[in-house]
Amino acid sequence: MDVLKKVPVREQEPLVRAANFDEVCLGYDEAEAVEEAARCLNCKNAQCVKGCPVSIDIPAFVSQIKEEKFEEAYQTISRSSALPAVCGRVCPQESQCEGRCIRGIKGDPVSIGKLERFAADWARSRGITPEAPEQKNGHKVAVIGSGPAGLTCAGDLAKMGYDVTIFEALHEAGGVLIYGIPEFRLPKQEVVAAEVENVKALGVKIETNVVIGQSVTIDELMEKEGFEAVFIGSGAGLPRFMGIPGEQALGVFSANEYLTRNNLMKAFLEGYDTPIKAGKKVIVVGGGNVAMDAARTAKRLGAEVHIVYRRSEAELPARVEEVHHAKEEGILFDLLQNPTEILVDEDGRVRGARVIRMELGEPDESGRRSPVEVPGSEYEIEADTVIMSLGTSPNPLISSTTSGLDTNRRKCIVASEEDGATSKAGVFAGGDAVTGAATVILAMGAGKAAAKGIDNYLKNTRTGS
Amino acid sequence: MYPITKREKLADKIYLMDVKAPRVARYCEPGQFVIVKIDETGERIPLTICDYDRTEGTITIVFQIVGASTERMAGLKEGDAFQDFVGPLGCASDLVHKETEELKKKKILFIAGGVGTAPVYPQVKWLHEHGVDCDVIMGARNKELLILEDAMRDVATNLYVATDDGSYGFHGTGTAQLKELYDKGIRYDHCVAIGPMIMMKFVCILTKELGIPTIVSMNPIMVDGTGMCGACRLLVGDEVKFACVDGPEFDGHLVDFDQAIKRQSQYKTEEGRAMLKLQEGDTHHGGCGNCE
Repeated sequence: MDVLKKVPVREQEPLVRAANFDEVCLGYDEAEAVEEAARCLNCKNAQCVKGCPVSIDIPAFVSQIKEEKFEEAYQTISRSSALPAVCGRVCPQESQCEGRCIRGIKGDPVSIGKLERFAADWARSRGITPEAPEQKNGHKVAVIGSGPAGLTCAGDLAKMGYDVTIFEALHEAGGVLIYGIPEFRLPKQEVVAAEVENVKALGVKIETNVVIGQSVTIDELMEKEGFEAVFIGSGAGLPRFMGIPGEQALGVFSANEYLTRNNLMKAFLEGYDTPIKAGKKVIVVGGGNVAMDAARTAKRLGAEVHIVYRRSEAELPARVEEVHHAKEEGILFDLLQNPTEILVDEDGRVRGARVIRMELGEPDESGRRSPVEVPGSEYEIEADTVIMSLGTSPNPLISSTTSGLDTNRRKCIVASEEDGATSKAGVFAGGDAVTGAATVILAMGAGKAAAKGIDNYLKNTRTGS
Repeated sequence: MYPITKREKLADKIYLMDVKAPRVARYCEPGQFVIVKIDETGERIPLTICDYDRTEGTITIVFQIVGASTERMAGLKEGDAFQDFVGPLGCASDLVHKETEELKKKKILFIAGGVGTAPVYPQVKWLHEHGVDCDVIMGARNKELLILEDAMRDVATNLYVATDDGSYGFHGTGTAQLKELYDKGIRYDHCVAIGPMIMMKFVCILTKELGIPTIVSMNPIMVDGTGMCGACRLLVGDEVKFACVDGPEFDGHLVDFDQAIKRQSQYKTEEGRAMLKLQEGDTHHGGCGNCE
């Protein structure tokens, strides 16, 4: 065995999986996990832990796997993360734990993500749940949104003994894990629902179908329903469009709509009522993880799919693994190009797009080289469906109905990075509602920080200081 | 689960139900809507609130069978329950935020078309309870399809009924009825029109001509109803608006109805297929050349 190389993980063949919604990555078995764990150098000053937004004790759980103490490994992870089976699948490990792994300086870093996933899957398949909380302290905390930030915050608070209720606007708990990330990356029943159950097993109540700001406001939750603190983890919000001609045509969707129909409403499954326009030739505009998810979903629904992105491959914001998987599955990348108009037929349906070529100019404020149009390079491409994956802007429902809650220039809720505190006493926030669209693990990190912040706040209030 | 406490068939394919949903009933106002989902496999269906009882904690909805999920909803009985029922969604009607004294100075007209009578009812009732007079024109294709006539008569100052085929009341559309009233010298200075998009379009063409400011309630395709998906986007005065969070009510003279009507047909074939399958089994597989 070459110790510089990681143990390869088994995956479904690209051409097979491009036609089904089953999970792409099959994960390690026990022998493979033990072999990979043995590559860990067990550094004293572990860099990987510093790269983890929720500070999982990585060297400890990896060595427990090496010693075949799989249940202990799971409990080690669970002490820091409420969603290990999710994170092992969707975290950008290459820029976090694995990005800092000393093994990675000369050779492949340890596959920490795949090991985390292994420990979580191993425990789940044996019905092992996280260690139960200590005694309840009877103090009520409301958590808004059951996505990664909310579930983490609720889980941590429950472990500290708080009486936590999560309010979820949709009919199913999980937030972006349910409506956004597709089945083939993150199985819904097997993984997401199971991890939500684990959070409930800690004593967390989840009330679905409650839209905060509409069904009830934060002020009312605190004044009339007895919640002493509130965490807002309501997510990113309204989809952006480009503002180009033809965007209202039939066949133009936001990635949020396309993915929600498919993932939350299960349009891809026989027997579900919600329809989806699969499309025969689909253009996905954008280069983030959501764009990859939309593209790979359209591919599985039978379309020829082009990703149109205005910068070059090096600037694609999506995880390397997602881009790699998309290419393997036959997604075509039209890079350094940008649509200027959606072409519409006489019935109002999409018939294509006018696209202009771009080149990279000087770096902009984000540090990335900004794309500049190449004059006279416009051409037309044929398509019957266009999916806009350009990010989101915050939903004003909560900020506009909560007194004394400050938002910034971009309409995101202002909250302390350290403990999630907002401008309103007792109200904390984190995740995409604060940062704008980011990753699952960053939202979890914010949920975790806010749980500590809420605990400190309530302890101080109780002692009357 | 959200139990059904009352079920009534109002007309062919049109049903009324009272549903227990205390959180919705506590805070809802006229003009807002709910989203219902019958069970695990059902669609999320947006329905404008028809009435509410804050003490009983119930919401009244009225729906027409238009697809597979509404067909199955019609089969529910008293005591059955919806798996999901979320709301209130959208903004309340502008009228409920205006000063009563100011409203009393206005001559207000509602024009209700078909199932649109249901969302008109709570607004007329609200005005009636606040001592504000208003007239109502109710239109339907024929006498059998008229709904809530008695309830409406109790709260409207003057009620005009119109049927397209002349089987009852005025012979013609609601729009034609308004034209007739105008020709008789009756004047209004505020109009609210709710019904099929095509009806609202023609009401708006006429009221624009007559100089009557007109509010419409838009019912485009939606998925989540909280602003997340953008499926319900409309052009209103050249601005893109989301009906679920910016509406559902808009200035009817600014709405691009032609585009909204086209967008309404986005999933026609898919919905139609789901419906056929439910009624006739799996008989339709495409490829016949008659559909896409």
